[in-house]
Amino acid sequence: MDIFLQQLLNGLVLGSLYALVALGYTMVYGILELINFAHGEVVMIGAMVALTVLGVLAGTPLPPAAMLAIAAAVAIPACMATGFTIERVAYRPLRRAPRLAPLITAIGVSIVLQNVAMIVWGRQYVSFPPLIDVHIHEVAGATITNVQIAIVALAALIMAGLLLLVRRTRLGRAMRATAQNREVAELMGVDVNRVISATFVIGSALAAVAGMMVAAYYGLAHYAMGFMLGLKAFTAAVLGGIGNIPGAMLGGLLLGIIESLGAGYIGDLTGGFLGSHYQDIFAFLVLILVLVFRPSGLLGERIADRA
Amino acid sequence: MSALLPRRWRSDPRFAWAAFAALGVLLAALPFIVDAGMGRSWVRILAFALLYVMLALGLNIVVGFAGLLDLGYVAFYAVGAYVYALLASPHFGIHLPFWVLLPLGALLACTAGVVLGAPTLRLRGDYLAIVTLGFGEIVRIFLNNLNAPINLTNGPQGVNLIDPIRFGDTALHPAVDLFGVSLPATHAHYYLFLAFTLLTVFVALRLQRSRIGRAWVAIREDEIAAVAMGIDTRNVKLLAFAMGATFGGVGGGLFAAFQGFVSPESFTLMESIMILCMVVLGGMGHIPGVILGALLLTVLPELLRYVGPLQEAVLGRVAVDPSDLRMLLFGSALVVAMIFRPEGLWPSPQRARELSPDNPDETRQEQESLFDATR
Amino acid sequence: MNLARPLGLVLALVSAAATAADTVKIGCVAPLTGPQAHLGKDIENGARLAIDEINAARPTLAGKPVRFELVVEDDQADPRTATIVGQKLVDAGVKGVVGHLNSGASIPASKIYSDAGVPQMSPASTAILYTRQGFKTTYRVMANDAQQGKALGGAAVKIGKRVAVVDDRTAYGQGLADEVAKAVVAAGGEVVGREFTTDKSTDFTAILTSLKAKRPDVVVYGGMDPQAAPMVRQMRQLGIKAAFMGGDGMQSTEFIKLAGNVAEGVTGSSPGLPLEKMPGGGAFTQKFNARFGKIQIYAPFAYDAAQVLVAAMRKADSAEPARYLPELAKVSLDGVIGPIAFDAYGDLEDGPVTLYQVKGGQWVPVETVGGK
Repeated sequence: MDIFLQQLLNGLVLGSLYALVALGYTMVYGILELINFAHGEVVMIGAMVALTVLGVLAGTPLPPAAMLAIAAAVAIPACMATGFTIERVAYRPLRRAPRLAPLITAIGVSIVLQNVAMIVWGRQYVSFPPLIDVHIHEVAGATITNVQIAIVALAALIMAGLLLLVRRTRLGRAMRATAQNREVAELMGVDVNRVISATFVIGSALAAVAGMMVAAYYGLAHYAMGFMLGLKAFTAAVLGGIGNIPGAMLGGLLLGIIESLGAGYIGDLTGGFLGSHYQDIFAFLVLILVLVFRPSGLLGERIADRA
Repeated sequence: MSALLPRRWRSDPRFAWAAFAALGVLLAALPFIVDAGMGRSWVRILAFALLYVMLALGLNIVVGFAGLLDLGYVAFYAVGAYVYALLASPHFGIHLPFWVLLPLGALLACTAGVVLGAPTLRLRGDYLAIVTLGFGEIVRIFLNNLNAPINLTNGPQGVNLIDPIRFGDTALHPAVDLFGVSLPATHAHYYLFLAFTLLTVFVALRLQRSRIGRAWVAIREDEIAAVAMGIDTRNVKLLAFAMGATFGGVGGGLFAAFQGFVSPESFTLMESIMILCMVVLGGMGHIPGVILGALLLTVLPELLRYVGPLQEAVLGRVAVDPSDLRMLLFGSALVVAMIFRPEGLWPSPQRARELSPDNPDETRQEQESLFDATR
Repeated sequence: MNLARPLGLVLALVSAAATAADTVKIGCVAPLTGPQAHLGKDIENGARLAIDEINAARPTLAGKPVRFELVVEDDQADPRTATIVGQKLVDAGVKGVVGHLNSGASIPASKIYSDAGVPQMSPASTAILYTRQGFKTTYRVMANDAQQGKALGGAAVKIGKRVAVVDDRTAYGQGLADEVAKAVVAAGGEVVGREFTTDKSTDFTAILTSLKAKRPDVVVYGGMDPQAAPMVRQMRQLGIKAAFMGGDGMQSTEFIKLAGNVAEGVTGSSPGLPLEKMPGGGAFTQKFNARFGKIQIYAPFAYDAAQVLVAAMRKADSAEPARYLPELAKVSLDGVIGPIAFDAYGDLEDGPVTLYQVKGGQWVPVETVGGK
C-alpha cells in the first residue's frame, strides 16, 4: 500500500509539471488552433537562463531565496521575449496560410531553438546549484520532499491565477472571445493581434516558471530537455480537452499518474512480459486513444469538426 | 530548369530525347567520375542520396500529394529495414533472398501504413501529425525493447552481419565481377539504388497523373469539394498512406542490405523530420523539386564538414562546431521556406502560379479557400 | 595560430625528402566534432604521439626506410558517417586503423575494414559484439563490457546479495547491464529487480519505487552520467539506502558535479588501469602534457593501439595487412597501459577494470580487477 501511495505521489509531482507546461499548449491552441511545437523549447530556455543567472550569483553572499527570485526575474522576461518573437516572426506571417504551413514552421522553430541553445550553452548538462535544503517527510510509509510539496503548491497557485485572469479580467474576456470566433471578436473591437501576442507572452512566462521548477527538482537542465517534456505536456492538454484550462490541469495530473503507475506496475500486470522499457509509450498511447475515440478530451466540449 | 530554354527547343521532342540520353550517360558514369575525382566515400554518399530520394518521394505522396502531414514516416522505413535484417542474417539463421524480402518488407510497411491510417485518417491535419509522430516513436521503442523475453529484434544492439544483395551467384558485396570488370560494392549499390530510384520516380509520376493522383490533389486542396465530387476520401487517403509506406519499406530494405547493420538508433524522429525537410524545401507535391531537395540535404551536411577548417583559417579557431550547424540548418530551412517560399525551391508550375505574388488577388483567394477548407 | 604544427610538418617533410622513405599510412578516426570532440581529439593526439616517436627512430621495413603518416578522419560519432569515413580511409590506402571511439561507429565501419583486409585497433569501443562478428581484422586495446560487467557484478555481490539492475536501453547501457546481471548470478547473488529507462529521461521515481519494494542492497546502473546523477538523488529522496554503482559511462567528473552531495560513496568502474598505475603512465603523461596538454581518457590507449600495429608490421617486416595480420594475433608487448596480448576474438587478454569510489568529491581508485 505504501508503494502504491508513493507511486501516486510520484505521479502527482510529475503531473503538476506536465500540467504547468500543458497550459501553454492549450492557451495557444484555444486561440490559434496551432500546436506550438516550440513551447517545450521555451521551457528549456527558461531553465537554462535561470541556471546561468544562478551560476553568476553563486559566489555572492545573497540568501538562496533572493538568488532564486533574481533568476526568475531574468528568466521570465527572457521567455516572454522569446515567445513574443516566435509568434511575431514565425507564426503571424502564416496566419492565413494553409494549415500545414504553421505546423511545419513550428517544428522548424523547435529545432532552431534547440540548436541555438546547444551552441550557446553547449551539449553538457548544466547542474542546479545546491541552494535548497531538501527535507524528506514521511507520510504513511511514503516519502515526499519539501521541493515536491513546493512544486505541487506553486503549480496549483499559478493555475488558479491563470483561471482568474481568463475568467475575470478584460484581457481574459478578449482571449475567450478570440478563441470563440476571431472575426467576430475583431468586429467587437478586440485587438486580435494584441490578444494573440499576450497569449504567447503569458504562456511563455508560465513556461519559464515550469523550466525553473524542472531544473530545481531534477537538479539539471539540458538543451534537449524541452522536446519530450513538450510532447507529454501536449498529450496532457489533449487528454484534458485542448483549449480548456482546467482540462490541461486535469490532463497533466492524470498523465503523470498514468505514467507512474504504468511504469511501476506493468511488469507485475503482464507477468514480466512487458516492463518499464515501455514507460514512454503510455503517453503516446493515451494521445492516440484520446484523439481517435474522444478528440474533445475529458473536459472539452464536443465541437463538430474541431478534430 | 526547362523554363530556361528557348520555347522552340522545349517543344521539340528530339531535344527531350537528347536531354534524357545525356542525363542517362551522366548518371551511369557518375560513380566513376566521382570515384576518380573525390574518392570512393563520395560514391557512398551518392548512393545514400539516392536512397533519400526514394524516401522523400514516398513521403511526398503523403505530404505533397494528399496534404497529410506524416511525422512518423521513419517507422515504415524501419519496418522495411528490420524485415530485411531479421530474415537475412545470422540473427535467426534465416537467409532469404532479397527478391523475397524487399516485396515482403514493402508489404508489411504497407500493412503498417493501413493499420495506422485506418483509425487516424479522419483526424484533422495537425492531430494527424502528432499521432503519426507518436506512432513512429512507438515503433522505435518496440524495436529497441523486443529482445526480451523472446529475442525478436536484438534490442538496442541492433542486427549485424546482414546478407548482401545477391543476383544468382553474384553478391553485390564486396565486389561484383561484370564482364571481367570488377565493380566495387559502393558502385554496384549505386546502380541498384539508381534503378530503384528511377522506378520510384516512374511510379510517382504515373500515380500523380492517374485518377488517384488527381483525387489526392483534390483532397489536399478542398476536402469538402472532393467529397462533393464523389471521391471516397477515406479510401483515397488510406491509399496515399499505404503507397508512401510501401516506398519507405523498400527504402528500408535497401538500407539494411547496403549498411549491413541496423539498430533502432537509425530510426529516430529526427530522421523523419529530415525527410520532411527534403520534401518541403524541394517543393511539396512536385517530383523534380522533391528530388532536388533530397539531393541537396544529403550532400549539404557533407559539405558542412569543410566549415570547420574554414573557420580555423578565417577566425583562427573553430567558433561553432560544424556538426552543431547541421540541424540548425534544417530547422531554419523549414521556417524560412514556409514563410518566404512556401512553394519550395523548385515548385510545380501550377503551385508557383497559385502562390506567386504577381497576382495578389488570385493568391489571396486561393489561400483563403484553403484556409476555409481546412479549418 | 599554433606554429608548432606547421613547423613540425615542414621538418617531417624535409626529413622525408632527405631519406626518400616509403610512406605507410595509418588511419585514425574518432568524433572530432560534436559533443565528444574532446575525447576524439584525445585519441588523435595519442596516436600522433606514437607515430611521431616511431618516425623519430627512423624505422625500416624489409630493409628499406619507411615513414608512417597518420591520416585523420572525423566520424561524428554517427554510424552512417562512420562507414563513409571508413571508406575514405580505405581509399587513402591506410594499412591499419586506430579507431573508432563509439561502438556504434566501430561496428558498422568494421565491415568496411574487414572487406579491405585492413586491421582495425579500437582504443575505446567496449561493446562485446564488436569483436564477435567473425572478422579477422577487429582488435581493441580496451577491456570490453563483459570484462567490465564481470568486475561490477562481482563487486556488487560483495556489498550485498540482493542486486537491482537498471539500464538506459542504449546499446552500451543494455550490453553492460546484461553482463552485470550474469556476473551477479555467477557470483552467488540474486538479481531482485530489472528496470529500464531511456538516455533522455530525468524522472526515475516510478522505477525506483518499484525497486524499493524489492529491497535491494545494491542498485547497478548501465548508462551515462546525466541519468545516473538524478537517479541517485531520487533514490535517496525515496529513502532507498542501497549502494549505487555504474560503469564508465558515469565514472566521470561530470557525474560528481551533477549529483553534488549524494555522489559520496557511489562506485563506478572504468576499463584499464588508472593513469598513475599504468606501467608507462608517468613517462607518458609527461610527454603528452608537454605537447598536447591534459589527457582526457583515451590518449594512452590510442598511443598503444598505434604502437601495437607498428610492432606487428615490424615483426612481419612488412606493412601489408595480409602479411602482418598473423603477427598482430600473436603480439605480446608491454604498452603504456600494461601488458598487451589478444585472445582469439581480438580482445585484450584479461583486460583490467578498475573500480573507483567517490570520496570527498573525487573518484578514488579502490581496486583493479583482472590484468596481469
